Amino acid sequence: MAASSRAQVLRLYRALLRESQRFSSYNYRTYAIRRIRDAFRENKNIADSEKIEELLNKAKANLEVIQRQGTIDHMYATEKLIIERPGNT
Amino acid sequence: MLLWRRLAALRGERTPRRLRAGGPGPGPGPGRKSDGGGAPRPLYMDVQATTPLDPRVLDSMLPYLTAYYGNPHSRTHAYGWESEAAMEKARQQVADLIGADSREIIFTSGATESNNMAIKGVARFYKSRKKHIITTQTEHKCVLDSCRSLETEGFHITYLPVKKSGLIDLKELEAAFQPDTSLVSVMTVNNEIGVKQPIHDIGEICRAHKVFFHTDAAQAIGKIPMDVNNMKIDLMSISGHKIYGPKGVGALYVRRRPRVRLEPLQSGGGQERGLRSGTVPTPLAVGLGAACEVAQQEMEYDHKRISQLAERLVTKIMSEVPDVVMNGDQEHRYPGCINLSFAYVEGESLLMALKDVALSSGSACTSASLEPSYVLRAIGADEDLAHSSIRFGIGRFTTEEEVDYTVQKCIQHVKRLREMSPLWEMVQDGIDLKSIKWTQH
Repeated sequence: MAASSRAQVLRLYRALLRESQRFSSYNYRTYAIRRIRDAFRENKNIADSEKIEELLNKAKANLEVIQRQGTIDHMYATEKLIIERPGNT
Repeated sequence: MLLWRRLAALRGERTPRRLRAGGPGPGPGPGRKSDGGGAPRPLYMDVQATTPLDPRVLDSMLPYLTAYYGNPHSRTHAYGWESEAAMEKARQQVADLIGADSREIIFTSGATESNNMAIKGVARFYKSRKKHIITTQTEHKCVLDSCRSLETEGFHITYLPVKKSGLIDLKELEAAFQPDTSLVSVMTVNNEIGVKQPIHDIGEICRAHKVFFHTDAAQAIGKIPMDVNNMKIDLMSISGHKIYGPKGVGALYVRRRPRVRLEPLQSGGGQERGLRSGTVPTPLAVGLGAACEVAQQEMEYDHKRISQLAERLVTKIMSEVPDVVMNGDQEHRYPGCINLSFAYVEGESLLMALKDVALSSGSACTSASLEPSYVLRAIGADEDLAHSSIRFGIGRFTTEEEVDYTVQKCIQHVKRLREMSPLWEMVQDGIDLKSIKWTQH
């Protein structure tokens, strides 16, 4: 992988995780973080530049979804789940 | 009888709480922010009743709830065309998930409508020559009820029993065919016990008998691979809100070759090839399509993870509590639906004790009734075990922490309730409960 591409992947990875933290819903937040980590881990050995390009585009589209949906989720936040209370986890 | 009265009193307490939960209470309002001061929300472990909407699905729907509001059946302007294009893309997404042609997908309001349409539609269309339908005793209420209403119209229905595993006996199915059988309807994954019927084999048998085969796949599609051609399915019911899509939308797959003909339930403008008149709700259809596409992409990942979580839940409960029975076949099942019976514990009391976890003893449609589940009775569960069952649903958004919390609370309350139970005490003293003669009141 070219150095610039590697930096681009890492930047996108960090942006996805950061934006996922904005989900107020426990289940959406934990899912987004878990799914992003697992997807990047699963694809870390891909060398084909075309495939990398395709995955990067997919990740960029998903980043936009997460940004929009994170905002909406935040606007309609609910009470925390019972397991999010200290002493319950 | 005392137990029942006590239970009724407990339920009396419970009803107003439920009503409150349905009102505005701690619920959402526009722009309302959580201040952490209210009561915490329970965990959600009832994904067979309904699933949360996937944010990716909502994202695809929102433009059709706002800017693109055209009627998808309007042919004279761009507002109509853009909605129509979105609806047709969604139809393709649904078709792709089940290996169908998009022209074979009819949008409906949900799996209940799809089931009604398939069963009544086929029966009524072919009624001049064929008057017999085969289904099973463990189908969803809407299938059974559609069949009941057909009986009043003069049709004969065979309700196949199931084995102790919850699966049908293929030999009994073979034997049930009559010269005037028009339809066989067997659900793919059972909503209460999660067993997976041998759809492939049933499809073969029906094709050999030249009888149409309908399957209610609401709990199956997007979770296990389904292919209508490979499985020789002629009609299939699909629901949006069981696969992280919106409520109020579903689809019916209707095979074109060999062609299955239906009498429509609704009369009107002739939308959906005349089979389902009424404007297709574009945002909901788009949501169903998106949910199908996401499900297709995530099926392997979700299945692997849900299997692990289910294993974690069952192993932990079984290792800590004796006399727990898992209902339904151990092998032919969808792992995300776990139905356990806790002997000597009343299921409803356990559900009330587990108020921090949203669970159910079976189908949501019948959860208001104290009757034991007809599905559990059909698999031959003893009355007492049928009364002590709980269904645990694990889905895409369930976490390890939620499983562990549920397990811990469940173990704690089963132990506590058993300590209070005279039956449990007698069993510990070595008395066989079946030998006791209870006096009649």
